[in-house]
Amino acid sequence: MDITNLESMPGKKIVKHLGLVQGSSVRAKHAGRDLLSSIKNLFGGELTSYTELLQESREEAMDRMLQQAKSVEANAILNVRFSTSSITQGAAEIYVYGTAVQLEATE
Amino acid sequence: MSGGSFQLIYVIGLLIVAYLIGSYREKRHYQSIIKREHALNSLPAVNLKTAPKGHFQHELVMGNVTISVDYFKRFLALLHAFFGGPITSYETLLDRSRREALLRMKEMAKEKHAALVLNVKYETVSIFKGSGKSIGSVEVLAYGTALIPSSQAVASNVATTTQ
Repeated sequence: MDITNLESMPGKKIVKHLGLVQGSSVRAKHAGRDLLSSIKNLFGGELTSYTELLQESREEAMDRMLQQAKSVEANAILNVRFSTSSITQGAAEIYVYGTAVQLEATE
Repeated sequence: MSGGSFQLIYVIGLLIVAYLIGSYREKRHYQSIIKREHALNSLPAVNLKTAPKGHFQHELVMGNVTISVDYFKRFLALLHAFFGGPITSYETLLDRSRREALLRMKEMAKEKHAALVLNVKYETVSIFKGSGKSIGSVEVLAYGTALIPSSQAVASNVATTTQ
């Protein structure tokens, strides 16, 4: 499966559009690490646990998008976009979406 | 009365400690950013959408970082917000986060032996809101499409399948 955030794939042409595919994931950190982060928050710097948290949930969201693309028999997802929104303190929603297509080599 | 003055000392003490640790960490972070930016200069990341001629394998690369601002700067920002004007203490926070996220994306692209990263996009969100309206920390994601020259792509595919 090819995933790209370009609108086309050089050397390949789109033979079929299969519509929008998407995946989302909402995650929160457990209270202990949240407490640690709030102490770190006083002194500034990177909050590693949040970086990891968001990375994990982004992977999960992408996984869900991939599954959806597979179910419509796509072989590529074009123009992928990420979007993040904070819902409450300590939790974030990650949303990934793109266009599922079937590509065919032109040469 | 003594309770009140104790609280004042506590807040001032916290501000001083936060200022010292916060500015030290920021300085160190900037040093590391500049050093790594220099090392990754050979790998351009652009927000153009058209790929150059040649055979490339396309792959999505991304880098993210969450950085928080220290207590002292948040206090400064509160004052700034009262009097208006640019809030310089948050400008460095966002600058650091964006540059760090881009660097991590470039590092991921470098691991895949990419020659170029196209269509780079940033996504910023404030995830840790402090008291009131003040922003505690921001998360920045940088993502783009890495173009990997075909011969390199074969090599890296072999490497990943044998692992």
